[in-house]
Amino acid sequence: MTDPTVAASLAGPGDPGDRRGGSASAVPATTAPAAEPAPSLLKAGRRTGAQQGDRIFRGFATGSGAFMVALIGAIGLFLLIQAVPSLLANKGNFLTGRTFEAGDPNNLNFGILELSFVTVEVSIFALVLAMPVGLGIALFLTQYAPRRVARPFAYLVDLLAAVPSIIFGLWGAFVLAPAILPIAEFLNEHLGWFFLFQEGNVPLARGANVFTAGIVLAVMILPIITAISREVFERTPRAQIEAALALGATKWEVVRTTVLPFGRAGYISASMLGLGRALGETIALMIILAATPAMFSGSLFDGGATFASMIALSFAELNNNLSAGAFIAAGLVLFVLTFVVNAAARLIIARSGAKA
Amino acid sequence: MAKRLDLKDVDIYYGKFHAVDGVTLAVPPRSVTAFIGPSGCGKSTVLRTLNRMHEVIPGARVEGEVLLDGEDIYNSAVDPVAVRRTIGMVFQRPNPFPTMSIRDNVVAGLKLQGRRNKAELDETAERALRAANLWNEVKDRLSKPGGGLSGGQQQRLCIARAVAVQPAVLLMDEPCSALDPISTLAIEDLIAELKKDYTIVIVTHNMQQAARVSDQTAFFNLRATGEPGHLVELDDTPKMFSNPTQQATEDYISGRFG
Amino acid sequence: MTTTIDLDAPAREPTFVGVSAGRRMKNAGATALVGLAFLIALVPLIWVVYSVLANGAGAVLNSQWWSQSLNGLLARQQGGGAYHAIIGTLFQGLVCAAIATPIGIMVAVYLVEYGGRSRLARATTFMVDILTGVPSIVAALFIYAVWISIFGLGRSALAVSLALVLLMVPVVVRSSEEMLRIVPDDLREASYALGVPKWKTIVKVVIPTALSGMLTGVVLALARVMGETAPVLILVAYAPYINFNIFEGNMASLPLLMTVERNNPTDAGSYRVWGAAITLILIITLFQLLAAFLSKVTAPKTK
Ligand SMILES: Nc1ncnc2c1ncn2[C@@H]1O[C@H](COP(=O)(O)OP(=O)(O)O)[C@@H](O)[C@H]1O
Ligand SMILES: [Mg+2]
Repeated sequence: MTDPTVAASLAGPGDPGDRRGGSASAVPATTAPAAEPAPSLLKAGRRTGAQQGDRIFRGFATGSGAFMVALIGAIGLFLLIQAVPSLLANKGNFLTGRTFEAGDPNNLNFGILELSFVTVEVSIFALVLAMPVGLGIALFLTQYAPRRVARPFAYLVDLLAAVPSIIFGLWGAFVLAPAILPIAEFLNEHLGWFFLFQEGNVPLARGANVFTAGIVLAVMILPIITAISREVFERTPRAQIEAALALGATKWEVVRTTVLPFGRAGYISASMLGLGRALGETIALMIILAATPAMFSGSLFDGGATFASMIALSFAELNNNLSAGAFIAAGLVLFVLTFVVNAAARLIIARSGAKA
Repeated sequence: MAKRLDLKDVDIYYGKFHAVDGVTLAVPPRSVTAFIGPSGCGKSTVLRTLNRMHEVIPGARVEGEVLLDGEDIYNSAVDPVAVRRTIGMVFQRPNPFPTMSIRDNVVAGLKLQGRRNKAELDETAERALRAANLWNEVKDRLSKPGGGLSGGQQQRLCIARAVAVQPAVLLMDEPCSALDPISTLAIEDLIAELKKDYTIVIVTHNMQQAARVSDQTAFFNLRATGEPGHLVELDDTPKMFSNPTQQATEDYISGRFG
Repeated sequence: MTTTIDLDAPAREPTFVGVSAGRRMKNAGATALVGLAFLIALVPLIWVVYSVLANGAGAVLNSQWWSQSLNGLLARQQGGGAYHAIIGTLFQGLVCAAIATPIGIMVAVYLVEYGGRSRLARATTFMVDILTGVPSIVAALFIYAVWISIFGLGRSALAVSLALVLLMVPVVVRSSEEMLRIVPDDLREASYALGVPKWKTIVKVVIPTALSGMLTGVVLALARVMGETAPVLILVAYAPYINFNIFEGNMASLPLLMTVERNNPTDAGSYRVWGAAITLILIITLFQLLAAFLSKVTAPKTK
């Protein structure tokens, strides 16, 4: 392996050195095998086209890097610029309001509390389902599956990430929801005393609730959690594993004493990246969740809307900047939320030294 | 076109690390100069300062003067790219460009410098491959990838690539260390022929090789680990191997350490 | 020397000390659980693919589907096809790729060849990571805010492509970066030693060596963004007819066709939705195969 940091920073050959006293007397060229006369280095070395090319190319590359940095700032800034007029015109409280009425630009009354409830509950529910399964898959693929099949198996799991979310949405709404209805009914009937399983604010029979949405979301974030955990688990030092094996540890004991401690930070940040994805998922939730005027009660059998699904559902009809600004304000909150979650995940992974 | 090289009190650094201390030596044209010494003493480092390859490593810098026919290659008005065009280099591991055919590898330097004339390039390719004693082995497969050749052939391909740009000086960093004995002999024969046209500096850890191919030999050493490397002595090869001036050289050559 | 002899000890130690039953059970349980986790992941994959195939096969087996639009058809009228939406999806995806690929590759070149450990390089890496996690709806709102609210331009397929660029660039950067980093330094040095300037070394030696993997990454990234729905919902209106103009007017795409026809309760609606779903999956699969094919044929050869 070449050291990437060395590769990363090969200084430009065109970088000027410090100027010294010129000892540039051209010396008579000795006879050459080829007909060409030996040129003086100095003559060949004037600020040539080559150096021009180097400067331009370097400028382009560096500019592209700087563009990436500026882009994130620009996203926040432009969303803010569009959101401010609407926030000022808002008659309700943006943070604590539970209704989102933004259709009439002269009568804006929107708040994000309701959206936050649904967004957080559906994302957490998805995470609770996906985390253990993702951990199991990552362990299976890196520690248990025979080398030969581990790769194709991993590819299968990655395929889940290639399925567009709209297709997951359709599947969730039309195929999965009716199929899991008996489970939902069972939970509601027997555990209905617990707020998660109490009667929801939309009819249970349609399955257009957080329960269905969370399961679909769990499937969607599974490949993210698995892929990154796998990468980290794979990097468990061979020596540690062999040391544990040499002590007579069983496979599971090896995993528990070496792989899990080594990969814990990576697994946690993988899960947070999954959470980030869940918070921002749009179309699948828009298709699955039934809109309802009723308030969110905390039940998994509630309908409602998340930040993303509400924006997607209403945005197409908008025709004025003030209404759009209200939704953009909600989008800004979502942006900040996912930024924080993703940044935290990246920091955890960077700290742990196991970069994914 | 061969030129002479003079190093005057050259100090070489990797960031804060002082790798080589105060080297002064002269390399006459049309001769082979061998650098020998224990590993880590700075042979490659010195070699790479001779065509300003040293400075591609971040933080690396050079003090002192390196003169090519009297002209300081570190003069700020000199483009390092021009220096490397004039002073070619062959590396320890053969490194043909994997995306290019054998012919394109040989003329890569010219093509990348903007030459387009096909007839001229073909002619150069043949001349360089003949000079590298590779022509007969590859003339029927010039359009095949260079990566398909054997290690020794690849190294000769790299030599052909280096001579195709008609440098004045050819630097070689342990060019045979990754090769089998037969390929090594082929390269040694080649060096003897190239000497007629080029100034050659070769790093080798193989003392028999230094004795066989070089006209003069420079022995580098470390005073202690962590100390910078330095030039112990430089002399005609027969003298170095029979009757060196320095005790350290004698010890190293007779295999008493290193 | 004195030795004490324990007369009750067996004549010789057993060769292997057995593993206790509890430990063995735990081990077997863990093995079963991780295997089960993997099987659980396969269930939705197979189920989704099966549902799409079962519901959509009828549509795509009809040749009209590939050659006609839905222009002039009523909601409940059978027939017609997704040609207009396929065109839209491909157009929007290709325009996006045409913009995102050079940007992504240049950013990767910056990170690998120029950035080193500088502050800007670290910031760039971090921001690329963050951009990977930006929800598609936020990318769409950003383009809306700039393109439509501020510049006053209309909704169009081009706006969709621009939003997709935001989603595609980080993926291209990541894969290109990885490919550039595995190009051995030997090759860069060989090129420098021939007197080739750095930028030409990058363009003519480093990038061609990495090209195979980079192309594959670009095609895979494209396959990912073509299924994105949020940007098309926000940035362009649906058209049941064919539109080749990416600069203005309504334009269909497969995801948009699905969201629109989802509200169509007739059999024709279901036909169209699932037909579009299977078509989208087919296109994505095709691009994935193309990626695999490209990496095969463009890989540096040794024979
Ligand atoms: N890229 C580098 N960065 C920092 N130190 C280096 C680098 N390359 C070589 N060195 C150091 O410089 C010294 C000389 O190395 P080198 O010239 O490779 O020795 P030789 O070729 O004689 O074996 C060694 O101490 C080595 O560790
Ligand atoms: Mg060396």
